[in-house]
Amino acid sequence: MTVPAEGFPAAASRELRNRQLRRNLGQATSTIRAKRANVVAEVPDWEQLRAAGSAIKADVMANLDSYLLQFEQALTAAGATVHWARDGAEACAIVAQVARAHGVSEVVKVKSLTTDEIALNESLGREGIHALETDFAELILQLDGDWSSHILVPAIHRNRTEIRNLFRRTIAPEIDSDDPAVLAEAARRYLRERFLSAEVGVSGANFGVAETGTLCVVESEGNGRMCTTLPPVLVSILGIEKLVPSFTDLEVFLQLLPRSSTGERMNPYTSLWTGVSDGDGPQELHVVLLDNGRTRVLRDEVGRQALHCIRCSACLNVCPVYSRTGGHAYGSVYPGPIGAILTPQLIGIENAPTLPFASSLCGACYDACPVKIDIPRVLLHLREQAVEAVDKPAERLAMGAAAWVFRRSDRMRLVQRLMRVLQRPLVRDGRIRRLPRPLSAWTRTRDLRPVAESSFVERNGSGAARR
Amino acid sequence: MKIGLFATCVADTMFPEAATATATILRRLGHQVVVPREQTCCGQMHMNSGYRRSAAPLAERFVATYGAFDAVVSPSSSCVGAIRQLYPELLGIDHPVLERTMELSEFLVHRLGVEDVGATYPHRVTYHPTCHSLRVTRIGDAPLRLLRNVRRLELVELPDAQECCGFGGTFSIKNSETSSAMLADKCDAIESTGAGICTAVDGSCLLQIGGGLSRRGGDTRAVHLAEILASR
Ligand code: SF4
Repeated sequence: MTVPAEGFPAAASRELRNRQLRRNLGQATSTIRAKRANVVAEVPDWEQLRAAGSAIKADVMANLDSYLLQFEQALTAAGATVHWARDGAEACAIVAQVARAHGVSEVVKVKSLTTDEIALNESLGREGIHALETDFAELILQLDGDWSSHILVPAIHRNRTEIRNLFRRTIAPEIDSDDPAVLAEAARRYLRERFLSAEVGVSGANFGVAETGTLCVVESEGNGRMCTTLPPVLVSILGIEKLVPSFTDLEVFLQLLPRSSTGERMNPYTSLWTGVSDGDGPQELHVVLLDNGRTRVLRDEVGRQALHCIRCSACLNVCPVYSRTGGHAYGSVYPGPIGAILTPQLIGIENAPTLPFASSLCGACYDACPVKIDIPRVLLHLREQAVEAVDKPAERLAMGAAAWVFRRSDRMRLVQRLMRVLQRPLVRDGRIRRLPRPLSAWTRTRDLRPVAESSFVERNGSGAARR
Repeated sequence: MKIGLFATCVADTMFPEAATATATILRRLGHQVVVPREQTCCGQMHMNSGYRRSAAPLAERFVATYGAFDAVVSPSSSCVGAIRQLYPELLGIDHPVLERTMELSEFLVHRLGVEDVGATYPHRVTYHPTCHSLRVTRIGDAPLRLLRNVRRLELVELPDAQECCGFGGTFSIKNSETSSAMLADKCDAIESTGAGICTAVDGSCLLQIGGGLSRRGGDTRAVHLAEILASR
């Protein structure tokens, strides 16, 4: 996974100019937000559930080594083949190898962020294997060569007229309505045939149960159930952080996840499978356990909570930055607040130094997160790392100077007096309308209140004048 | 009670009237208010921007200046949040004064149990709950309780009140376009209420909102809650 070098501010500025995007996004996020708030309010022990989710994940991270081995053992005993992948390239090679062994040129896929993270589709494509996305929104994006802007609603930035036109050009030339039901029917007809003929399915997993070796996929459309049950061969790829210790732990997460993500009490399809069973479902199951930077994240005691994420997308929907800029501004498979803390850790802060600053620190994400990831706290932690990794001499100088001034009150009073003099030519009608760079970034859209004629402490202070 | 007033660098420099009003309200309630001349800045900007180490001496300075007071009151909830939450978490500072440091409205309502300060303010007012007052210091509806008891004040509800105004400290400069997009929506919401005054408990957010409203050229102004509560 890489992110564009231009950084968040430049990408955001471009996305903000797309008015259609802002309208689509504003509407979609506020609808999901309201739904989520309603169903969360129904659960009297929501806070206890959050605490439980957080505690289970903390335990998994602290004992991941033994849970992983337990998981491997249980899976092997249930007839699955377990593969370990250090990075994306290794994981993609494993999938390609399985596909080649069965001589297929197409695999059917369940929507999976982990496979997006390792660019599986592109990698298989280079080997002459087409990975067909079967989630409605992912299909739309795949048909249009577009990419996801939201964890859960990948095509949140597209509206239905755009989708109808796309379908007309691609899979359903006859279509003449933009009624969602008609659009869905067109996609369904197109996908059904492919499901029935597919030899290899590829999925991610929301959870893996260490105790039993069970995999769990949670979804809304039923395409996931088809991909994991119809093809005779199934490859499931999951990040090593996706484990839960025991089957009963699913009880907590299957309550937290649907309410936080789609605002539903329960998601329509929950598929659970353990290894292979004779004559039922895939007869060959490969499970790929992916590291791809995760063990490095695990080493950071503050940052590692980002690995607790269950990809519900609640933090995106409540984020005032995400809901204005959309997901593409983050330049990463993981957008929004979780992307701002996860991506820089996975690929190295020096490769995504602007992401931790893509937040006003309003804290809405922390309150919404079903597993209580303290996103603002991790952002501050990563900002410190970013400042160390990428030197910005002017900023460092300004911050150093400000700290020097604030270390003594007489210095601060002196600077206030100085500013009063310096601002004189800039103040008109009691406000400053234009400032030189870099403060022009403020005055482009906002006036600035001038420094007051006398400071409060200057007039009212008591005690030592110096210090 | 002997109260140390912490004006904060922003209010001291740009909103001295908010700090003055804070002192006035507390004195009217019979408390002894001291304004230590040594006070400067809590260090929030440094902690929030990745310069944690530069903030450490400022935090120590705060503790040394205010450690002996029965309570510390400030007209800024985000600075209070930085002191109460970030000093221990980020800087490892642990001192009982941190817990005794409060933003004005939470001090009045939650500590003193006062909801009516005897103010009169003949204006139509809307209240913007700032992010840090909602989600860091968690003052709840303390400001609204106080506003509801102000004579002749017409309180109008702000749509999407809990949305961030887009200030975010250096975010407003580093990501000025995103910040401005957030501000534009906030200003739309404020103007839709027909209020002449938008109030809040944070000088920094009022700098942003006031700056946006002023640039739009309407009649709505941003005024700190303390000034309303000190009006007679
Ligand atoms: S960080 Fe929390 S709120 Fe955001 S997607 Fe992950 S689990 Fe959901």
